[in-house]
Amino acid sequence: MVRYILNRFVHMIVSLFVLISATFFLMKAIPGDPFTSEKKIPEQILQRLYAQYNLDKPVFEQYVLYLKNIVKGDLGISMKMLNQEVTDIISQTFSSSLKLGVVAIIVAIIIGIVLGMLAALYHRRLIDNVAMVLAVLGIAVPSFVVASLLQYLLAYHWKIFPVMGFKGPMNYFLPVMALTASPIAVIARLTRSSMLEVLHADYIKTAKAKGLGWFSILSRHVLRNGVMPVITYVGPMTANIITGSVVIEQIFGIGGIGKQFVQAINTRDYPIIMGITIFYGVILMVARFLTDVAYVAVDPRIKLAGRKEG
Amino acid sequence: MKKSKSLLLMIALVLVIGTVLAGCGGNNNNANSGNNASPTNAAATDNAGNTNTGNATGEEKLAADQTLKINLSSEPPTFDPQQAQDSTSNAILKLMYEGLTRQNAETGQAEPGMAESWDVSADGLVYTFHLRDAKWSNGDAVTANDFAFAWQRVLDPNAEQAAPYAYQLYYLKNAEAYNTGEVTDFSQVGVKVIDDKTLEVTLTNPTPYFLGLLSFYTYYPVHSSVKDNAKWATSVDSQIVNGPFTLTEWTTGQSLSVTKNPGYYAADEIKAQTINFSIVNSGATELLSYKNGELDRAGGPIGEIPTEQLPIVEKEFPNEFTRKGIASVYYYQFNVTEKPFTNAKIRKALAMAIERQPIIDNITLGGQLPAFGFVPPGIQSNGDEFRNQVADSQYFGEDIEGAKALLAEGLKEEGLDKLSFTLSYNTSEGHQKIAVAVADMWKKNLGVEVKLENKEWGVFLEDKTNLNYQVARAGWSADYNDPMTYLDMWVTGGGNNDTGYSNPEYDQLIKDAKSSADNAVRQEKFTAAEKILMDDMVIMPIYYYTNNSLTKEYLKGVTLDFSGAIDLSRAYLLEH
Repeated sequence: MVRYILNRFVHMIVSLFVLISATFFLMKAIPGDPFTSEKKIPEQILQRLYAQYNLDKPVFEQYVLYLKNIVKGDLGISMKMLNQEVTDIISQTFSSSLKLGVVAIIVAIIIGIVLGMLAALYHRRLIDNVAMVLAVLGIAVPSFVVASLLQYLLAYHWKIFPVMGFKGPMNYFLPVMALTASPIAVIARLTRSSMLEVLHADYIKTAKAKGLGWFSILSRHVLRNGVMPVITYVGPMTANIITGSVVIEQIFGIGGIGKQFVQAINTRDYPIIMGITIFYGVILMVARFLTDVAYVAVDPRIKLAGRKEG
Repeated sequence: MKKSKSLLLMIALVLVIGTVLAGCGGNNNNANSGNNASPTNAAATDNAGNTNTGNATGEEKLAADQTLKINLSSEPPTFDPQQAQDSTSNAILKLMYEGLTRQNAETGQAEPGMAESWDVSADGLVYTFHLRDAKWSNGDAVTANDFAFAWQRVLDPNAEQAAPYAYQLYYLKNAEAYNTGEVTDFSQVGVKVIDDKTLEVTLTNPTPYFLGLLSFYTYYPVHSSVKDNAKWATSVDSQIVNGPFTLTEWTTGQSLSVTKNPGYYAADEIKAQTINFSIVNSGATELLSYKNGELDRAGGPIGEIPTEQLPIVEKEFPNEFTRKGIASVYYYQFNVTEKPFTNAKIRKALAMAIERQPIIDNITLGGQLPAFGFVPPGIQSNGDEFRNQVADSQYFGEDIEGAKALLAEGLKEEGLDKLSFTLSYNTSEGHQKIAVAVADMWKKNLGVEVKLENKEWGVFLEDKTNLNYQVARAGWSADYNDPMTYLDMWVTGGGNNDTGYSNPEYDQLIKDAKSSADNAVRQEKFTAAEKILMDDMVIMPIYYYTNNSLTKEYLKGVTLDFSGAIDLSRAYLLEH
């Protein structure tokens, strides 16, 4: 186990290094810089601004400088949001995305699994059909459509929820619904198909033959095995949701990290682009690691050390 | 077995219903927290109530709760007046600071701000300002030193943080030389503190619009405590201000609030207690929130109403919809250094061959005005709007037959038999639609082949600077209320002249206008200069901008100036 974690850690550092380097040089390759604007800044002032952020140095030197600072844990200062630490901006905006994300993930998992279970147990009956039609809809309809529709109906037309903002619990409903529509659908379908498979497995028959109660069969055998594919999906989904959906954050006016990232790219705010990229990288890697650990917890047949890294 | 199955169904149902019920619980909590929040509102009410009894007006009944809700499409990048360079920062800083002068909302003229009065020397070069007894929000007196300190911050070539808008202060004597390091002694710059209440300012050229400039944020004073704290403008607590409001809440990317500053010298003019700003960059969301009563105002210049919704809301809310012309112009510019656009006849033919009104009626939808000149309405010169004195219809008109003839002539001169070129614009649905329509009109009316090229903003700007384009979309807004802000950009080698245009006659006119204090002379030079610019057709004007907004009928006192900059400081709510 220890060896596995160490292995993973080294792997993570290498991946991060590649990620940082690639992003850094790609970002520098985009024309324009944070100080280009339609109203031009006089050349001398511009030169001073470049010097202030080391943009006057050769790109490779900037790269080495950046790596040195990263090792020290310094992500730098935003070029557009003056004097603000990149780490502060990330932590502030991420906290919104995280709060929303955690609620969304919990809702998606619970509703998704329950729907999937119901559909499997009542295979080819009304509940199954309704659940699967909903699932297809959830996957097929893009989230911005769901979001706008929810906003129009529930906030504007029926005035149940506020249109935008992120202050109280009421503000969570619409974005959570919009965020979870597709994950719920995927989870429900995954749960349903794997449960159907498990329900016909020999060991379930054995369990029934032994005279075990339905409830314990379900909770001890069916659910445990049926939920494996869901775990595979939940890892990346978690990373995906907590890193903030630009569309959802924009529509519902949530000051999350996704919105910040897009804005930083548009304004060429180099330090924020780098900072959020690194942050995303770490989150994805951690999510994958946790998924692997979760496999072991659910299925003892899987051994971590035996798995090739990757 | 059937039994246990239905048991499971029960559990599932309970789970689902539980979730729903939990949701309802959330509802109630929210309602409660809403109620909990109201004591603070009630407290605010009391304060507002007190102020009201002081100057109660007969017919207008003020709302008890003077909390305004406004949306910002983008977050202000900074709260440091010397670092700001955008309209959102402008709107917020106007609430927090006040310069030597203030702009009168109705007349657009400069009126006393921090300066109570001033004297101007006969040659128009030396201004002596007499400051009023005003206080910073921490109780310190606002002195002439605060202005000298702030302006030195802007111009200091060794400042830790260079000020991008430093050139806004280049009107002061030796300011540019100091900023570029040619003069190292700040006492050489035309700012002199006579005593705590007297400031003497010396200019390089007589500048008739200088008093107006003083109400611009780069000229605001800052408290001397910012000297030792590079991060002062990044936290709510370290900002000491001299304006009608103080910043009281700020969550990055989410919201910010300003609250009335009781120490402001004209606090009795300020009726709003708190202004809550949300930061949401979706026009659709903003409009829906407005309709839902979550916002008191929607639309420009700090918010946004989706273009395609403009004609609808104009009809739906006739009493709330406001349209105002603002001093900005939308145009296409030619790279005059490369064939075929070295030929003025070809440029002019293109300008004559498009129909502007249909573009406005069908695409921009905001009631913009067709433009045939470069200086937009709203810009003052010699006592009246420049555009009222010089009609832009005299320069050219839409005339397809004339355009065809002119194009044929131009092509012949260039030895060409056909015209084809590329029109570039930066990525945006609005710019794209206009470009498609214009290209189509050119093709239909003149038989010209136009290729459309869509570029990302940074790429677009860089290509324009490097003259790496043929025809490109552009727009220009005023920095100050004088034709100079438009016309001086086309002088040879001007920083914003990215057409390659160079005309010594034009340069001379601008130079003359700059050195003259006589408004009549200046007006004459501007008129001649714009005529040259339009005869040469370096740029092809399309429309003058308008600002469209929705304001609830109970929100009063919001003003927009000539350039479309918003002033919320005197806004208030009526009972509703």
